[in-house]
Amino acid sequence: MTTLTAPPETAPPPIRPRTRSAASKWRRRIPLLPALVFTIVVTQLPFVATLVISTFQWNILRPGDRHFTGLSNYAFVFTDERLRAAVLNTAVLTASVVLISVLLGLCLAMLLDRRFPGRGLARTLLIAPFLVMPVAASLLWKHAIYNPDYGLLNGTLNGVYRLFGADHGPTVDWVSSYPMPAVVVSLVWQWTPFMMLIILAGLQAQPGDVLEAARVDGASAMATFRHITLPHLRQYLELGILLGTIYVVQTFDAVYTITQGGPGSQTTNLPYEIYLTMFRKYEYGEAAAAGVVVVLGSIVIATFALRTIASLFREEVSR
Amino acid sequence: MPTARYTVIAGAAAIALMATGCAGAGGSDSSGGGKSINVLMVGNPQMEDIAKLTKDTFTKDTGIEVNFTVLPENELRDKVTQDIATQAGQYDVATIGAYEVPIWEKNGWLHELGSYADKDTSFDKADLLRPMVQSLSGSDGKLYALPFYGESSFLMYNKHVMKAKGITVPEHPTWQQIAEIAAKVDGAEPGMRGICLRGLAGWGELGAPLTSVVNTFGGTWFTKDWKAQVNSPAFKKATNFYVDLVRKHGEAGAAQAGFTECLNAMSQKKVAMWYDATSAAGSLEDPSSSKIAGHVGYAYAPTVETKSSGWLWSWAWAMPRTTKNADAASKFMLWASSKKYEKLVGEKLGWARVPAGKRASTYDIPQYQKAAGSFGDITLKSIEQADPSDPGVQPRPTVGIQYVAIPEFQDLGTKVTQEISAAIAGKTSVDKALNDGQKLAEAVAENYQK
Repeated sequence: MTTLTAPPETAPPPIRPRTRSAASKWRRRIPLLPALVFTIVVTQLPFVATLVISTFQWNILRPGDRHFTGLSNYAFVFTDERLRAAVLNTAVLTASVVLISVLLGLCLAMLLDRRFPGRGLARTLLIAPFLVMPVAASLLWKHAIYNPDYGLLNGTLNGVYRLFGADHGPTVDWVSSYPMPAVVVSLVWQWTPFMMLIILAGLQAQPGDVLEAARVDGASAMATFRHITLPHLRQYLELGILLGTIYVVQTFDAVYTITQGGPGSQTTNLPYEIYLTMFRKYEYGEAAAAGVVVVLGSIVIATFALRTIASLFREEVSR
Repeated sequence: MPTARYTVIAGAAAIALMATGCAGAGGSDSSGGGKSINVLMVGNPQMEDIAKLTKDTFTKDTGIEVNFTVLPENELRDKVTQDIATQAGQYDVATIGAYEVPIWEKNGWLHELGSYADKDTSFDKADLLRPMVQSLSGSDGKLYALPFYGESSFLMYNKHVMKAKGITVPEHPTWQQIAEIAAKVDGAEPGMRGICLRGLAGWGELGAPLTSVVNTFGGTWFTKDWKAQVNSPAFKKATNFYVDLVRKHGEAGAAQAGFTECLNAMSQKKVAMWYDATSAAGSLEDPSSSKIAGHVGYAYAPTVETKSSGWLWSWAWAMPRTTKNADAASKFMLWASSKKYEKLVGEKLGWARVPAGKRASTYDIPQYQKAAGSFGDITLKSIEQADPSDPGVQPRPTVGIQYVAIPEFQDLGTKVTQEISAAIAGKTSVDKALNDGQKLAEAVAENYQK
């Protein structure tokens, strides 16, 4: 990875006459046009439609009562108590999932960076949760693990209590008692492998000679980690955090499947609240406006993400 | 007018997106002389049966091909509402419930079906149960959907447990009696709880049994002149009773338990009683999935102030106005709701699987009486007693027992039950949940007050 260099210089392209007419330029572009139109249609048109819909008072259950309301849907989005709570929940959910999975991913990556028999197998097993479909993973957590009757957690508790002679253990209702942690843990399980992969790539790109020099100089393992490895990993960590944030902000499956946004609206995040607006209230205008706000928020985060990636590559090339 | 044009473009784009999303649901052939129809239906066992039986019987006799799309209840509602409301016209027939019929009829989305039923003499419209006809009729008194099967609600209990504890469950219990019994049988077997009551948020989940309890405690969502009553004393008393009962003697994980979870808890002997839909009985009596098949007792829906309190629901066939295959579609609906079809199911798949609860004659069939001996009679009487136009102690603005038949109720019911579900989980108080709910209900009521 450290040997990534600029492509070798080749002969400069032949100089073309600069005086091409606009018409001939367009003729050359014609074969590409269908692809361009297709791209615009599939990527931009739905968003434009959403923008337009977001300015309408439009409830599909009231046909004939659809009219332009300007920005009142946006006013609603910014003043609605439920949406504000949803923003807060989204922030809590995203921040905790991303930070915990980065920390766990870092630990696992450090372990996997060492040589040991069966490393390939361990790596494959650790990556597995990331490959499970989100809905399937949520169902697995809801039923196989959290269920108070037949779930793994209470089953284990029962087993432990029986070891000590009790009839059965306490029945803990995990999802209702700890709704946000329940969602967070299931998402951390899914996202830790992703973080681990990114950090592992960073660790393996670490120059061996520097580490060896540190060892020769008598630096402790902790000091080496703090002063050499961590600064080296900084950009990988940032990349993981930003990419993870973009994806986790959009979490729907886990909330829908495990808690249905509840109890109350304690785990209702923005995507789930928008879903409720769209499919329970059928207020297309409000849902579209909320969607636009989320997109704008995501664009801000994504811009930072792209900058980080860009700086990462610059660093690689200049090394 | 630019805005109008943008609306058209946006609408067209939205519809195009939905249409492409729906493509592949079944090749519609509207130009083929009405020989093929698309049917969208909910994925309940009775619907899976008809999907199996249609080809060798209906299609063979009439030459009409039927393409079925089967979806779980929530997805079905999302899809059918989108399809019909946007006039996308993908489906010729859709299963909808008693809640949707009056609302959609008012919007002009549904074909009138009474005249088709009248023309077909073998259909015997007069045989349909009166509450079914009432709940599937529009404001003009005409029939807008044909019932496929119907249900009310009742109390189911584990006979072994009651016998061991020496308890006799009355045939017409009060909620107070049920609460006492629940306390006595709680823990009758290791890990067994007294009663299962739905706690999962949703207007069709927790909303259904809770509203039937509110009705019999003297409460209502709205008065006749649209005054919101969600934090009225009767509504509060009923909700407090419900939440207390579930918290003290209800199933484990109550705030996440809906129909399916309760069915599981009851059939696996995790609870001693269960108040829910009469259509659950068929599954409880199935020895392949239920540990208590054959020793389930049944009692009428518990009451407090009203004479009866069972709810009323039916899954029914409706025809969107957009269909181009009205004749073929009506033939299919009439066949699916006919006596002939019930007989076919009985003979081919077994009499307990007959889509019952819609016709009086079903309960006269000797084979059905035998198969549904323990619950058939009480189901029929519960349905007959249900009065969707007057289910409580005061007049109502809409027809319906366990819901309010206005478009806003899906949202209102879902949000209020979310809060009550949180109260069941111990995360909030009933008072706060209902005071918040009252605000939402008042906002809805404003749309209707004159």
